[in-house]
Amino acid sequence: MKRPDANLHAAIAVTRFGLGARPGEITDALTDPQGWLLDQIRPEGADTPVNLSGAPFPSSRQRVLDFLAYREAVQTAGKDPDARKTAAQALNSETGAELHARAVLAASTAAPFRERWALFWANHFSVSVIKGEELAATAPAFDREAIRPHVFGRFEGLLLASTRHPAMLMYLDQQRSTGPNSALGQKRDKTGLNENLAREVMELHTLGADAGYTQADVTEFARALTGWSMGGKAGPEDQQGIFVFRPVMHEPGPRTVFGRTYSQDDEAQAIAILRDLAKSPHTADHVARQLATHFVADAPPPELVATLKQSFLETDGSLDHLARALITSPAAWTPGAAKLKTPYEFLISSHRAAGTTPVDLRKDLYGPLTALGQRPYSAPQPNGWSDQASDWASPDAIVKRLSFAQGFASAHAPLGDPIQVAKASLGARLSPAALTAISRAESREDAFAILLMSPEFQRR
Amino acid sequence: MTTHAPERPTVSRRAALALGGAGLSAILLGQAHAATTDLGGRKLVVIICRGAMDGLSVCPPIGDADYANLRGAIAIPGDQALKLDDTFSLHPSLSGLHGMVQSGQARIAPAVAIPQRIRSHFEAQDMLESGGDQLYGVATGWLNRTLQAVQPSRPIKALSIGPQQPLILHGPVEAESWSPGGRSNSQSERVTAAVQALYQDDYLLGPALATGLEVQNQAMAQGMTMSGGGAQSGGDAKALALTTAKFMTQPGGPSIAVLSLGGFDTHAGQGAVSGRLANRLAVLDGTLTGLQAGLGEQWGKTVVIVATEFGRTAHVNGTSGTDHGTASTLILAGGALKRGGIIGDWPTLQATRLFENRDLAPTLDIRQVFKGVLADHMGVSRAALDHNVFPGSVAVKPIYGLA
Repeated sequence: MKRPDANLHAAIAVTRFGLGARPGEITDALTDPQGWLLDQIRPEGADTPVNLSGAPFPSSRQRVLDFLAYREAVQTAGKDPDARKTAAQALNSETGAELHARAVLAASTAAPFRERWALFWANHFSVSVIKGEELAATAPAFDREAIRPHVFGRFEGLLLASTRHPAMLMYLDQQRSTGPNSALGQKRDKTGLNENLAREVMELHTLGADAGYTQADVTEFARALTGWSMGGKAGPEDQQGIFVFRPVMHEPGPRTVFGRTYSQDDEAQAIAILRDLAKSPHTADHVARQLATHFVADAPPPELVATLKQSFLETDGSLDHLARALITSPAAWTPGAAKLKTPYEFLISSHRAAGTTPVDLRKDLYGPLTALGQRPYSAPQPNGWSDQASDWASPDAIVKRLSFAQGFASAHAPLGDPIQVAKASLGARLSPAALTAISRAESREDAFAILLMSPEFQRR
Repeated sequence: MTTHAPERPTVSRRAALALGGAGLSAILLGQAHAATTDLGGRKLVVIICRGAMDGLSVCPPIGDADYANLRGAIAIPGDQALKLDDTFSLHPSLSGLHGMVQSGQARIAPAVAIPQRIRSHFEAQDMLESGGDQLYGVATGWLNRTLQAVQPSRPIKALSIGPQQPLILHGPVEAESWSPGGRSNSQSERVTAAVQALYQDDYLLGPALATGLEVQNQAMAQGMTMSGGGAQSGGDAKALALTTAKFMTQPGGPSIAVLSLGGFDTHAGQGAVSGRLANRLAVLDGTLTGLQAGLGEQWGKTVVIVATEFGRTAHVNGTSGTDHGTASTLILAGGALKRGGIIGDWPTLQATRLFENRDLAPTLDIRQVFKGVLADHMGVSRAALDHNVFPGSVAVKPIYGLA
């Protein structure tokens, strides 16, 4: 049955939970906005980007090998700039192709909630090329292998997949961390612990910084994680580029983390710790808060956080249930749009409004996203991209959005009545003021640029 | 409730551009007059080194008996470090800074820390930039509150470089921001005007757009064009610093600027004389020398503060890097500094003196340095410093006499 606020609910479903309306999408969601979203949840996880060339994307294992080959090529090239450039291009072309495929997926999918859900988790378990070229090689494969298949499974599965993935091991310096009392640690002076992964898993991926754990907990977890590594060039060929547990690096003995003692003596020790971290009420709270912040408001409604936390705890971190809890919580449907879009969300929703997809990797993606402050795969720090408007609404950023909107409109402004285009894009969220400004514009290009820059299109 | 868009200059922006620099100066003359007379042209630049910069490599304590042993392969060899005194040297990448120290235009505080002992980058950066005495105590940035403290008697402007506004400038006073790249050649006056009208009641987007357009037009008028992306080398950094200086030296330009440098989280493969950290320090050095060159004679009225959220472990870790620590180095530079040596006491690296058995222990609260600079250089009153700029910091004594 169509409720009186159905028009507004349809617009919220498509713009807040989805990625911005494609023409006709708000109408599709009108009869049952919640059902339209719930139908996008599926056990097999998020969609996998499809390579526009038709070839399958390479595994992270292949990409690690590509990176090793690249490093060798750079060494051979010495100071020859052309040879270095060729090697870098070979390494980066796959990364660019996958960025392109992911953006095309986001701009064209009929299941945009599923894609937004995947983007949230990819940012929760952020890896970044800021670390170095090994991450430029593996970041897209991380998203495809460790994140997307797991986003409607259990949180524990997602956490394990992320923590064991070669990209994460490299990003947070885990692969060479060595127990001082391990066989290798005893033999070699210059080896030892690296606590980066242990700390960020506790602080960012699971418990949250305010959970009350101590430096001792971090160090103990880091000890438990020793031996979690990946096969390199020197190792057996079938282990190169994949997770391997190295007993010779593992710190022997029981570990006590956050009040519990773990006496396993191998890889199972850190797995058991990760499982307990995944179950912790602190983790439930942390994840609930981040989700509510991402979807609804920079300072989210406490009742929504409470609902999500309860779902997480009651269903043992089942992320499909968590998605349902979010969609069916009335607190998530506040009429006002409080979230400022990130640059990627702005760019993708612009394409959806125009009914287009990005064509040129540099001109349509790397260029504008870098200028708008969100260079692809390049979150500045391990906490990923910010979910706070104040970080995205600097004077410079808003001017860059205005420039982008005008360039985009001159290339992609849809044919047809600009007022209908605006209504199809924002539905009941379109304000009278924006409608008037659009109707007064002297060209389709101007009208579309004004739509993209309107306060309601900038938010969701 | 009705909010009004900030007052706009009456001359159209295009007309201003057509007039070039002269037209711009004419439009901004009122502001320029106020800004230069009231602060006497004094300028402050804050450079935030994100990721926890390793103070023990920035100014390696070569003369400390424990240094070489603790640091092993990542220790900076004494014969390659740039000597400051019997205890301290500078990293070889910091040759520009070394020159400044020798001419009395830079000083080092080797063991400073934020008020709380935190080893999370993000919480510690929040504390460094918010200036609170406890985590999440305040939601705005201390530089924004500095602007409030000196206004309205002395209206001054602040600018951040980069696409994201750092927390240190968040707050009620609208700050400018600018980053290289991304300018469209065909910005339409009509669209801009329509969007500004739509933003009239928008507390977030309205002031941001107004300020952003002003800065963009200044930048265009001054012919400032750079391609986008962060500084990867000392040369890039110098170019960005020169541009920053250009903003600051034009009439009515900002008196305060903030830059962020990243990549200091050196858990593995940190390197020593060369390597990952050395490259980042070259970027820092390029930024400092770029500011010095770009500010020209106004360098003499400038103080630059270089700060990081915390330091790194005293010991080298198992992967030729260092983990999250406590105290780190703060750098002051600028022609407005008074000549002097090391700021603060050196706790030494003796095992018994290390904080929690692992980190360099702080001997100064970082707010002591901030407060001293703001008092002497920017004329902020002690009461404002104690209660507004750094709330709850009555007991934190400013270090006077730095500038």
